[in-house]
Amino acid sequence: MAWTRFGKKKDMPGGLWIKCESCGAMLFRKEFEQRHRVCATCGYHFTLPARERIALTADPGSFEEMWIPLRAHDVLEFHDRVPYGEKLIATKAKTGEADAMVTGTATIKGIPCALGVMNFQFLGGSMGMVVGEKIALLCEHAAEKKLPVVLFACSGGARMHEGAVSLMQMAKTCGALQRLHQQGMVSISVMTHPTTGGVTASFASVCDLLLAEPGALIGFAGPRVIATTIKKELPKGFQRAEFLLEKGQIDRIVQRAAMRDELGRLLAYATGRDPVAAFKPQPVAAEAETAAPPPPAEVAEKPRRKQKAKKG
Amino acid sequence: MTEPSAKPPVQDGLAFERPLSELQTKIAELRKLNSGSHLELSGEIELLEDRLRRQTAEVYAQLSPWERVNVARHAERPLTSDYMQLMLDDFVELHGDRVFGEDRAIVTGLATMAGTRFLLVGHRKGKTVKDRLACNFGCAHPEGYRKALQKMRLAEKMKLPIVTFINTPGAYPGIGAEERGQAGAIARNILEMFEIEVPIVCLVIGEGGSGGALGIGVGDRVGMLENSYYSVISPEGCAAILWKSGDKAPEAAEALKLTSKDLLRLGLVDKVIEEPLGGAHRDPKGTVERVKVQLLEWLAELAAVPVPELLAQRYRKFRGMGTPVAE
Ligand SMILES: [Zn+2]
Repeated sequence: MAWTRFGKKKDMPGGLWIKCESCGAMLFRKEFEQRHRVCATCGYHFTLPARERIALTADPGSFEEMWIPLRAHDVLEFHDRVPYGEKLIATKAKTGEADAMVTGTATIKGIPCALGVMNFQFLGGSMGMVVGEKIALLCEHAAEKKLPVVLFACSGGARMHEGAVSLMQMAKTCGALQRLHQQGMVSISVMTHPTTGGVTASFASVCDLLLAEPGALIGFAGPRVIATTIKKELPKGFQRAEFLLEKGQIDRIVQRAAMRDELGRLLAYATGRDPVAAFKPQPVAAEAETAAPPPPAEVAEKPRRKQKAKKG
Repeated sequence: MTEPSAKPPVQDGLAFERPLSELQTKIAELRKLNSGSHLELSGEIELLEDRLRRQTAEVYAQLSPWERVNVARHAERPLTSDYMQLMLDDFVELHGDRVFGEDRAIVTGLATMAGTRFLLVGHRKGKTVKDRLACNFGCAHPEGYRKALQKMRLAEKMKLPIVTFINTPGAYPGIGAEERGQAGAIARNILEMFEIEVPIVCLVIGEGGSGGALGIGVGDRVGMLENSYYSVISPEGCAAILWKSGDKAPEAAEALKLTSKDLLRLGLVDKVIEEPLGGAHRDPKGTVERVKVQLLEWLAELAAVPVPELLAQRYRKFRGMGTPVAE
């Protein structure tokens, strides 16, 4: 259940070049960051820090962060080699984040929603009391304001340093989602690399819609644990997003570059809006008021597809 | 008290049992002598028995968390099947998840106990080697969790309360389990247990192994037996990750605060059920009796709570676990 270390940092900050974790290609940092940390050679989606994720997903300037002051406390007086309290302070200093979850409200393609994004840089995105509490608060807020919820998962699982308290965040987050769903609100989970353990076995898997980024490692147990248990080599592509899609576990795989559009389209369906209108270029909005009502989605889709076909 | 174990405990974590076992053996020998001869040894036997009681109480009061983990895993500790056998007046087992298969690591069925009817859901570990293999050592696959949920929905329809017995090292980490959505199955159970409109009572009887335990662990009352443990990760797993050595499991067990006392203090369980002197494995019947009394009390209490209030309380309980501070 607990987090382990995935995707060891090969992108040391400050370096001019980055080596792709997947194909080994050397990537020019500036270009790599412009491509939102997707390898230009193989399309590998690197883990994206929460703030970059929000910038990429929410409409510019629309994100309003909530519950900023929430902090974990060392309920167990846990220490392995370093006391947990000190680890929290050091991690905060290093990452500039208070914990592994950033939550708030935003618009995506103009549609208001509640948005929660996990931050892998903070102790492997592990879920402890702050992550659990923020998700519960977000769901409760969304239920009250009648907002759909979008959650980006990126985590090695529960935070061992909070012991069974972290385990119970699985129950807390699922309970909050259950109540949200009961109010008729729609939730969307986007599983990004990596999403494992107690996060996969709780809120990330019980949203109404399950999306994943290409190549993301998604599972209950980590691949190393499984390999040790069964004493066999794991099949190629095991626990990757494409594998999960094949096994019927998720709805869609979405490229990072297309994520905002895709979420906008799904949120439109989820909130009774016209998904076609949501994809008209912004300036058209004023004109649309006087124009005839837009054709039904099916009709509108066809000519677009033809156009694409011609181009291709 | 049952006879001392024939085979000496092999795990280090049970070393504390050795002097107790030796004393038990000595008493048994004296008893044999006493009955087969005219030697008057009853005085001596009584003395030794008294010493054994005191020593057992002393040893068990001072067990380290790692030692308790080993008691929770003790080969003779009563399992779900023992509780069923000793406690129920009727049981109709119901099999299958209706989708993929039958997972013997979780047993489900309709039960009657002292006139109270309920659905029983429990991890099953198995006694014999063959059983243990069939039950996969209590490590369920997704179909086990789906079976549990399907039967819980049935209980809801029949207006029967639900009792779950938790005793698993964890949900199974395997290829098939992942292919069939282990994480999703557990998550689905956790979510839906918040909306099931009958009382749910959960009891950790041995190992409360992380998500695999919580997958049948959301209830209106959650209890733990005194020497059971409930943890986010096994001490061995935690030691391997944080200490980089599985040998540090005793340290990890200490740090994780996984004993019943810890969970109660942290507000994560409602009650700890005390075990007979020297642990449940020394007196399975006595243990089962205590559990039976507690379950009947809880079920009677919860039967009186109106459903909306029941569900609201259930959510509030878990909602309040682990509250951060505001800086
Ligand atoms: Zn690459």
